[in-house]
Amino acid sequence: MMAPAMSQTPRKLKVATVSLAGCFGCHMSFLDIDERLFDLIEHIEFDRSPLTDIKQVGACDIGLIEGCLCNAENVQVLREFRAHCKTLVAVGACAITGGLPAQRNHLDLGQLLTEVYRSRPGLSAGGAIPNDPELPLLLNKVHPIREVVHVDYSLPGCPPSADAFWHFLSDLMAGRTPHLGHGLIHYD
Amino acid sequence: MTDDVSPSQSFSLDGDDLPFASGETILQAATRAGRYIPHLCWHPDFAAHGSCRICSVKVNGRVGAACTVQAAAGLEVESNTPEMNRQRKTLLQMLFVEGNHFCPSCEKSGNCLLQATAYQMGMEGPHFEEFYPSRPVDASHPDILLDFNRCILCELCVRASREVDGKNIFAIGGYGIGTHLLVNSASGQLGDTNMSLDDRAAHICPVGVILPKRRGFVIPIGQRRFDLKPVSQQVEGDAT
Repeated sequence: MMAPAMSQTPRKLKVATVSLAGCFGCHMSFLDIDERLFDLIEHIEFDRSPLTDIKQVGACDIGLIEGCLCNAENVQVLREFRAHCKTLVAVGACAITGGLPAQRNHLDLGQLLTEVYRSRPGLSAGGAIPNDPELPLLLNKVHPIREVVHVDYSLPGCPPSADAFWHFLSDLMAGRTPHLGHGLIHYD
Repeated sequence: MTDDVSPSQSFSLDGDDLPFASGETILQAATRAGRYIPHLCWHPDFAAHGSCRICSVKVNGRVGAACTVQAAAGLEVESNTPEMNRQRKTLLQMLFVEGNHFCPSCEKSGNCLLQATAYQMGMEGPHFEEFYPSRPVDASHPDILLDFNRCILCELCVRASREVDGKNIFAIGGYGIGTHLLVNSASGQLGDTNMSLDDRAAHICPVGVILPKRRGFVIPIGQRRFDLKPVSQQVEGDAT
C-alpha cells in the first residue's frame, strides 16, 4: 500500500429523503434496487430519511422528495430540505404533478373533512373534525413541490422503477445530468 | 393521399430526400415514408386540424405545422432537431398542466398518444403551474364514459362523429382557456345522444377522454401499445 494521500476514498455524498403527502411507494421502489444498495452505500450516506433516525435534515448533496404538498407541515419540511440540499429531486408522480392525491382538488375541503370525521357511517356519536394545534392544517388544494420551491430534477413514475432510481442516482453520483431513456421514463 | 409519387418531386427532411405526391402535406409524405414527425391532432384518415402544434417543423428556416404545410419541391424541412424537440417538449408540458393527467390511474396509460409523445421527447415533469380543471365526468351513457379533464381539444372525436358516423355528437365550445369539449344534446349529456360503441368516434380519442365502460385495464403492463415500442417506431400504425 502506497501513497495514502492519493488513495483516500472520496467523501461520501450525503443524501436525505422524505415522504410528504406520499404513500412511501417511491421509497419502496428505491429499496427495490436490492443488493445494489450495498454498492450505493459505498458512495453515499443517509442524512434525514424515513430509513434513519435523524430528525432534522442537515447539509446534504442530494434531497429526494416523495409525495406532494397537502398540509402545512409538508410545506415546512420541503423548505427545510430545499435550504439544506444542493440538488433537490422531485421523485414520483405526486411530487411532480400532485399525483392521485390531487384528485381531491375539485372537492371542497370542509365537506371532505365532514364526510370522513362526522357523517361517515360507523362513527361513534359526537365525532368531530380533529382540531388539536399539534395537527398540521390541510392546504385548500394539493400542490406539486415545484409550486413552492425550485426543483432541480424530476424522476417520474408512480413509482419510478428501481432501474430508473439506479440509473438516475448513478448519473448524479458521477456528476452527469440524469437522462432516462425509453422504458425508464414513465408516468404510471 | 394519392399514389402518383414522382421521384422528380422531393423535398429534404432533416437532410434526407423525401419524394411526395401532389397535394400532400409534409406530414403525410413523411408518414408514408415511415418517417416520424411527432403529432397529436393529426390522423391519416382525417383532414388536418392544426391545434396541437406538436408537428411544428422548420420549413426553409420558418416554423410551420407539418400537417398543414404542403410539400413542395426543394423545401428544406428540419424536424428532429434539438430546437424543435425542445419546443415540442414545452408544448407537451403546457398540455399536461392544462388537464388532469394523472396517468397512474388512467385507463389509457400505456396506450396514450400524449403520454407516449411526452416519453419520446424526454419530458420528465410538466414544469409549469398546474391548472387542475374541474369538469364533471359524464357517465350518463350505458357503454361510454367521458372524462373531460383529460381532453387536449384535438377535435378527432368531433371530426369522426361528423364525417364518419354522420351523428355530429361532439363539438368544441367556449373561448380561451375555457375552451372545452361538449356533447351536442339538449341536456349536454352523452346518454341523450344516439352514440354507440360501434361508432368511429368511440375509438378515435388519442388520450383518455372517451372510454368504453367496464373494460378497464385489460392489457397487462408491458404489453400495452407504447410499452412495446416507442411512438417514433410506430409511425404508420396511427389508427387508434
